[in-house]
Amino acid sequence: MRIKHAFLTLWAVLVTLPLLWALMSSFKTDAEIFDSPWTPPASPQFDNWSRAWEHASIGQYLFNTLIVVGGSLALTMLLGALTAYCLARYEFPGNRFLYYTLIAGMLFPVFLALVPLFFVVDNLGMLGTYHGLILVYAAYALPFTVFFLHGFFRSLPGAVAEAAFLDGASHAGVFFRVMLPMARPGMVSVGIFNFLGLWNQYLLPRVLNPDPDHYVISQGLAALAVSQGARSDWSGLFAGLVIAILPVLLAYVFFQRQIRAGLTSGALK
Amino acid sequence: MRHGKYRFLAGALIVPLTLYGVFVLSPYLQAFQLAFTNWNGVDSAPEFTGFDNFSKLWDDPLFLAGLRNNGLMLLVVPLAVIVLALALAAGTRGTRVYRVVYFFPQLLSVAIIAVLWQFVYTPNSGLLNGALAALGLDSWRQSWLAEPNLALWCVMAVMIWSSVGFYVVLFSAAMESVPDDIMEAAAIDGAGPMTVFRRITIPLIWESVQVGWIYLGIAALDGFALVQIMTVGPGGPDNSTEVMGLGLYRTAFTFGKFGYASAMGVAIFFLTLSIAVLLLRVTKRERVELA
Repeated sequence: MRIKHAFLTLWAVLVTLPLLWALMSSFKTDAEIFDSPWTPPASPQFDNWSRAWEHASIGQYLFNTLIVVGGSLALTMLLGALTAYCLARYEFPGNRFLYYTLIAGMLFPVFLALVPLFFVVDNLGMLGTYHGLILVYAAYALPFTVFFLHGFFRSLPGAVAEAAFLDGASHAGVFFRVMLPMARPGMVSVGIFNFLGLWNQYLLPRVLNPDPDHYVISQGLAALAVSQGARSDWSGLFAGLVIAILPVLLAYVFFQRQIRAGLTSGALK
Repeated sequence: MRHGKYRFLAGALIVPLTLYGVFVLSPYLQAFQLAFTNWNGVDSAPEFTGFDNFSKLWDDPLFLAGLRNNGLMLLVVPLAVIVLALALAAGTRGTRVYRVVYFFPQLLSVAIIAVLWQFVYTPNSGLLNGALAALGLDSWRQSWLAEPNLALWCVMAVMIWSSVGFYVVLFSAAMESVPDDIMEAAAIDGAGPMTVFRRITIPLIWESVQVGWIYLGIAALDGFALVQIMTVGPGGPDNSTEVMGLGLYRTAFTFGKFGYASAMGVAIFFLTLSIAVLLLRVTKRERVELA
């Protein structure tokens, strides 16, 4: 029993210690950081945070991330739900073919597509633009979203939709007013899954988003870690790191049950 | 009620299918084509070179280093993550608060994790050396990411650190669906906790474990973000942390050898596919149905 609890606690410490240490370091001066990694700051340096936000552009990177991840998430959910619904609830020639072509996208590593994708985006004049990233993110999130929601729309009862059709609702009306609301639990799960997946992107923006003004947070922070190391504003970098960690961690504290359930149900599909 | 069905379908599907075709399907198909050329991105007409790129791969020390390192990751990371996650999931039965904490790394993007751990491993002001000094283990202090023998293990430790929490949650959700009376029956029959775990729990949650093997196996063939951000070079001292994805990235976007890079992509694709199929085969077991 005692060994078990020691083990459980040890892992909890291993997980939280680096995070708490980064938080503490974000309030220290550079000299204090170099002096000893353990000692708390003599007086908390809130200036680090404002420096990271303003001068190190962390605020700008978060704003870019909000646009890119928010935009692509909305687009993925709308298009994914629509596609999954059409393929799950309508019979038409080529239905199966389209479905398998779409979900085949999950089989391929992004590395395979990387070189041609760069030129496709370049030829469309979309390198380093918000809409370019949004479209690419959405296109790559589509296969899993369709796969997940396809099963979900299949399992919904058809009677309600039939009744709506008899009342004169249009095809689009049935989808938006009847079926989509019924699919809400599935939408929440896949939405959470997609959000974390898109938030996690590093390779795609690294290749497709060379404009520093449009860097997303993962990319911006990594670039800072390289350049800032040279200019040695370590305290500002720690503050930037903590600012990048906080939003999602806070969201998790409030919605932790839904988030864990959403992610694991996504994996088991 | 059926009128307008095809108009609706066409209107609904045109945008997603175009998006998918332009940004996903066509790049994948083009990659297979480019892999057989020496295209450098400048000449308008790529020259067909047959299997040259693929035979070059076998003499490319960087690609082979990447292959070797990804191979080691494949041997170490999935096994370590699954063993740790199973133990932690079994240990936290009934105490949910641990699982909330264990899940934290799953919420950080991989780039953020890389920056965080780069700080942890920093020789002079990093957490790890600081912790060793505090424990009186000064002789264990290292410049972790600069040692060719250690750097890859440091990267793998971060992979394990960041993945375990997710699988704890996945496995413990599966364990909760195992009915208590089966466990109790086994205990009454005289089975110890280890036997119950091995003979009852594991077979009943095997489907989740199998999913874990496949996901982790595929992830072990990546490692791009961690290596690119954390390790010097990037690629580490003496290419000790080189991974295949990094080689592809560099070949394409630093050296402009797009045909050769595409051949690397094709190689990575077939490796990933084979590993996934292999793991699916090896981990296949009779499915246990809960009545």
